[in-house]
Amino acid sequence: MAASLSPPAPPLTADRRDRYLQNLAQILRSAVPEDLALVDLRSRAAAWLQEQTFPSPRQEDWRFTDLSPLLALDLQPAPAVSAPDLPDWSDLGTPAVQLVLVNGHFCSTLSQLEGLPPGAIAGSLRDLLNQPDLAAHFLPRLAQAPGQQEVFTALNTLGFADGVGLWIPPHSQVERPIQILYLSYPTPTPGLAQPRSLVVVEAGSQLTLVEQYGGDGASSLQLTNGVTEIWLQASAQITHSRLQREGESTFHIGKTAVMQAADSQYSGTALHWGAQLNRHHWEIYQTGPQTTTHLHGLAALRGSQHSDTHSLVALGHPHGRVEQRHRTIVDDRAHSVFNGRIVVSQAAQFTNASQINRNLLLSDQARVDTKPQLEIVADNVKCAHGATVSQLQADEIFYLQSRGLSASQAQRLLVYAFAMEILHTIPITSLREVLRATLAELSD
Amino acid sequence: MITPNSDLILSVNNLHASVDGVEILKGLNLEVRAGEIHAIMGLNGSGKSTFSKVLAGHPDYQVTDGEVRFKGEDILEMAPHDRATAGIFLAFQYPLEIPGVSNRDFLRVAYNAHRKARSQEELDVFDFDDLVEEKLGVVKMEATFLDRSVNEGFSGGEKKRNEILQMALLEPTLAILDETDSGLDIDALKTVAQGVNQLTGPDNAVILITHYQRLLNYIVPDYVHVMANGQIITTGDQTLAQELEARGYEGLLQQHQLEVTA
Repeated sequence: MAASLSPPAPPLTADRRDRYLQNLAQILRSAVPEDLALVDLRSRAAAWLQEQTFPSPRQEDWRFTDLSPLLALDLQPAPAVSAPDLPDWSDLGTPAVQLVLVNGHFCSTLSQLEGLPPGAIAGSLRDLLNQPDLAAHFLPRLAQAPGQQEVFTALNTLGFADGVGLWIPPHSQVERPIQILYLSYPTPTPGLAQPRSLVVVEAGSQLTLVEQYGGDGASSLQLTNGVTEIWLQASAQITHSRLQREGESTFHIGKTAVMQAADSQYSGTALHWGAQLNRHHWEIYQTGPQTTTHLHGLAALRGSQHSDTHSLVALGHPHGRVEQRHRTIVDDRAHSVFNGRIVVSQAAQFTNASQINRNLLLSDQARVDTKPQLEIVADNVKCAHGATVSQLQADEIFYLQSRGLSASQAQRLLVYAFAMEILHTIPITSLREVLRATLAELSD
Repeated sequence: MITPNSDLILSVNNLHASVDGVEILKGLNLEVRAGEIHAIMGLNGSGKSTFSKVLAGHPDYQVTDGEVRFKGEDILEMAPHDRATAGIFLAFQYPLEIPGVSNRDFLRVAYNAHRKARSQEELDVFDFDDLVEEKLGVVKMEATFLDRSVNEGFSGGEKKRNEILQMALLEPTLAILDETDSGLDIDALKTVAQGVNQLTGPDNAVILITHYQRLLNYIVPDYVHVMANGQIITTGDQTLAQELEARGYEGLLQQHQLEVTA
């Protein structure tokens, strides 16, 4: 039979994936700064990783996102780059506290810490962990959120060299936004940056946080694997904007984990604009009743860009409110993936949750895979979810054309309108304006 | 207002047009001169709305024969936005909603597209605000109207007034109002009619497409045309509309057929 003559399948990508992961773990572990040993944490991550393989599309969680191109890269931890320039887009327009990491290393010359509210602590996580009195705010929470058993989160825990620590004392209103910039600059060999940030907002405090990932990735392949953990204590409130605008050859993998104590409010906006491949894990864990959670996501993709958002809202207490809106604009041959889970356990009675994913396809070759998921055990809840995939409507374009707009102007305005419903959730006017201009370029 | 020697604005000659291969317009002829108000009446399916969309350049309609000249120029090859900036304005029967774009921004973009086409400098936000707030009076709208998303959640009357506001801003040479009166209560109808009357002068022209005579009590047409089966079958003055109202389309169509066969 012909079938018996064909050569056996190459042995085996599975092996290759295993070797790649173990090798990467080894390299990362050996590059850990001596003063940041964190032996227990890192050993635990290493032990768990030994049982794992590098993600493959055969795993349900990675079904639509293929990381195989990474297997060809001989990744090395990216070195610090001294004093690069800040990119134009990093400007929030108002003098604000700004913490800057370059290739995962804290850069004190570019950071600006003046204007922190009294009692607040901010700076290099590595430095803070090395000062026992300050470390007490961070160490007990570092890598303690659920969801650590995920390959990239574990790789970050195993090997991160630095990041940002931010602690807001109880009952503080932080007037001006605090920004964390994660810049990636080209390295001689394919570099891997693994920033790790930990933000703690104590009881009754309020904070506006902006995280921006970006840089010039055009000339060098690079993987950013960032993890940010946010702890909201009772009644704390945070407005969080996470903007991913990496260079076009960068692989970006990111985790945002939020712990929400009783009566806390989290309002997050995540923008995915850059990188050739983007994967964002957005996880919210409710640790007390009556929390409010807003998740707003927007991906604008073109060329052969790929962007994947996996979100999880895990509710285990009563009276939680969740509103999630995720929108994608997909042009050319780009591919958007959305997997949004909201888990309402037996204890989470009186939950009110809604989730809607809307996708706008601008080309015949664009692709969208979407899976909104509600998992409800509690019996007295109000939950709704849905997804739409559509194209621009010819009648809408004609209406605008009949008012003097060219077909491309009309398309741009409609795309802009679609995006604005998410962009307007960003509370900083100057930032919104920058994003608006970038969006206009994107939809050209 | 009929002035025999005024400029010819629109000249439609033996116009045939189809949608999805079905012929809707079957040899339509019409001339419109500056200063004139024309009403086109007819039953549903007679081709009135198709005619308005063909004039504005809707891509779903194919012109298979005939010609349309606007101020002497053949427009059938022109893109819809070029027709718009040349001075043709279509007020939609069902204006579209555009969530996420404020009415103010939409109006400014449209207005500036016209300025740009005339090689005039675009107006900045502040100058435009002054202009648009002055125009609001034409349709008796509040300024808060400008900060809502285009037509989103507008009542039927608000949508139609918004169309007339756009007309007031863009100052077209030829305005085509496609069933602007449909779905309006009497107060909204009066407001819309007053707006149109205020915007009509010796240099421009209006085509009113309507099912009912009601609107023509408030906007007095110089000509009334009746369409049936893709053609204009008869033309008269306002008394024709009154006659239609009294006798219905059926009576008129029968009479017309008699004349044709006689």
